[in-house]
Amino acid sequence: MWIDPSRPAERALVTHGHADHARSGHGAVWATPETLAIMALRYGTEMGTPVAYGDGFEAGGVKISFHPAGHVLGSAQILLEHAGERVVVTGDYKRRFDPTCAPFEAVACDVLITEATFGLPVFTHPPIEDEIAKLLAARAANADGCIVVGAYALGKAQRVIAELRRAGYHAPIYIHGAMQKMCDLYAAHDVPLGELILATGLAKAEMKGAIVVAPPSAMNDRWAQRLPDPITAMASGWMRVRQRARQRNVELPLVISDHADWTELTDTLLELRPAETWITHGRTDALGRWCELHQLKARALDLVGREDEDEG
Amino acid sequence: MQAFAALLDGLIYTRSRDHKVRLIADYLRIAPDPDRGWALAALAGTLSIATVKAAAIRAMAEERFDPMLFRMSRDYVGDTAETVALMWPDVSQDIVAPTVSEVIDVLNSTSRARAPAVLAELMDRLDANGRYALLKLATGGMRVGISARLAKIAFGQAFGLSVDDVEEVWHALRPPYAELFAWGEGKSERPDPADSAFFRPFMLAHPLEEGNVDLTAFAAEWKWDGIRIQIASTGGETRLFSRGGDEVTGAFPEIAAAFQGIGVVDGELLVRGDLQGGEAASFNALQQRLGRKNVTAAMQAEYPVFVRLYDILFDGTEDVRALSWTMRRNRLEMFVAKLDPARFDLSAIIEARDFDHLAEMRAAARAAAIEGVMLKRRDSTYLAGRKVGLWYKWKREPLVADCVMMYAQRGSGKRSSLYSDYTFGCWTPDGALLPVGKAYSGFSDAELKWLDRFVRNNTVARYGPVREVEKSLVLEVAFDAVHESKRHKSGIAMRFPRISRLRRDKPADEADTIANLRAMIG
Repeated sequence: MWIDPSRPAERALVTHGHADHARSGHGAVWATPETLAIMALRYGTEMGTPVAYGDGFEAGGVKISFHPAGHVLGSAQILLEHAGERVVVTGDYKRRFDPTCAPFEAVACDVLITEATFGLPVFTHPPIEDEIAKLLAARAANADGCIVVGAYALGKAQRVIAELRRAGYHAPIYIHGAMQKMCDLYAAHDVPLGELILATGLAKAEMKGAIVVAPPSAMNDRWAQRLPDPITAMASGWMRVRQRARQRNVELPLVISDHADWTELTDTLLELRPAETWITHGRTDALGRWCELHQLKARALDLVGREDEDEG
Repeated sequence: MQAFAALLDGLIYTRSRDHKVRLIADYLRIAPDPDRGWALAALAGTLSIATVKAAAIRAMAEERFDPMLFRMSRDYVGDTAETVALMWPDVSQDIVAPTVSEVIDVLNSTSRARAPAVLAELMDRLDANGRYALLKLATGGMRVGISARLAKIAFGQAFGLSVDDVEEVWHALRPPYAELFAWGEGKSERPDPADSAFFRPFMLAHPLEEGNVDLTAFAAEWKWDGIRIQIASTGGETRLFSRGGDEVTGAFPEIAAAFQGIGVVDGELLVRGDLQGGEAASFNALQQRLGRKNVTAAMQAEYPVFVRLYDILFDGTEDVRALSWTMRRNRLEMFVAKLDPARFDLSAIIEARDFDHLAEMRAAARAAAIEGVMLKRRDSTYLAGRKVGLWYKWKREPLVADCVMMYAQRGSGKRSSLYSDYTFGCWTPDGALLPVGKAYSGFSDAELKWLDRFVRNNTVARYGPVREVEKSLVLEVAFDAVHESKRHKSGIAMRFPRISRLRRDKPADEADTIANLRAMIG
């Protein structure tokens, strides 16, 4: 039995629906109902066994249960219990408030296998309210143009939209075609996103003053040329570093991430104090060093087939 | 400080030059005195805080952070100041952020030893963007794509003044430029610094790309390979300025001492030698004297300097810039006649029958190690900056050599994630490669991407930030000259090398040899 296998496996436990964790072609899949729905949307008719948060089952003498990770809709940590030893695989997680998914639950364990996407002390994600305020201010200052926000199609896009609504922005939000089905799926899972309009094929004049949400890959694409004087925004934790934002030609960086920042990663370790920490997925060296300084036993776990800067 | 921090961030993310100018102008109109004057100085590169050097920031970081975590972060971010600003913990919301002028005052009144602690106290009173702005302000390197010129254009735009008028008085004024802002806001007359020796903006030349000029309208001079220098003297005080208006009097005291005259003149500072038509040494010799605040008598004797004058801006106290080149040349000839010939002479006019004849002479000039030809319109007045159609530089064609990439290093700033600095070498007779130069320009963005990928995919060893690559890629390198150098194992060094072409088609063993390069010395 594998967790988030990168190659087709006989039996797979899947933490969440992002493509680098949920691949297609597995034999049997266990995941949260939301994650299975996302996989079905992305890969067609894929079926699996739904496991609700807090529920579990047994396989080969190991008790397996799923717990909220707060990363995206349906995202889970996986707890493995055997002979009194508890191992938690966090998958991707964050501890900030997110109106689009269940909040992270701290699960006591002996071994924690943690992600470290933003495992460098330079990464502190600011309060999302500040970043949404920046976006709304830029929109107000550019009444004749539009703001196109690059956001990962699963999770980030819906969170940005939901946070705009929470900040009192109720005008229609324009979305790229690649996001429509995922937004519909979120709405069907009781995550209200307000009025969304497909940005494809609209006249420039209609889009004046609009906020458009699109996958990052579409931003420098011909698709974006049809927008009226767009200001390029990007919602990503990587936007914290100025030169990263500039390399991607971003004019309005929004530091919004669905991953734990450095403080969340280290606070979680201090809170759980696992006997052993395995670090994967990101900056294993820096978080490992931090563990050393705090006398926590840790080691890096190298995974194949992972790329770190695509989402965040 | 927050307004200045917001301005810096705006400049970092704004691509359009006009929009950048607008952002600065808006800030300069609204910000209070003297904050805006210090900010203007920071943008124009005239702000210098003696107590804070890059080392102070590193010292402060080492005090607070684990060195390993700091190094990993610095490697990722690519900029020390930004790394420290981002890693620094947010202290409290209710502390009052310092103003720009408070920062300047506090840092200027501390000692170098105390500076890291003082800086740390200021850091505690700022958020991440404020901390970034503070560190950039304290160390001077803004890296926001703003030249001094653009800062002055923005000042002009803020207050409806012409940038040439701003340039004219700029160098006589000091940060925080109170007189300049008073003038800008119409509260006082334009500052009149006539009683001091200060820099006036140079007239600059365009490259002559193709076509020709009529030699009855244009005068020709040799283009000397030294440093452009302006000498300004009130009689009591003599000061020397280099291209950007930086004062270099201290590096060349014998020139200032020998200058007996009142006025402002323009020329080329050279070291005596037997190159450049048998009259001056290579630029390399001059480099031994550059960048030194004080020079020893031995240096002065080993590298004797002189100034070859080619223009005059003030004859006595009379501003002659509105006169034609021909009339100024007459003034200059009379002026130079009164100066010490060991230190000052005239840049000769080339007597050519016509343009073709001049082209022949220019072609022959490479053997004499002359950089090229200057063409100056005879009826042109002396105008600041680079004006179309008045002065041309007609450089000789660059030299080229095929070299093999050996090492690569990541750039800084915008290029911090790209391997953009390349060390390349040529072959020795026994089949080894020795480095002959380093270049980080001349390629397009697409080529840079390709080069970066090449480096990553062909790394054979790493030495800190440097990667050694498979010796397989031939780079055609263009350069202005090559000369002897004790600093390099190959014994030669290039002047102004840049990548002119990627020779992906050429096998590395067909690249040039050190001997080929040596043959180009001269």
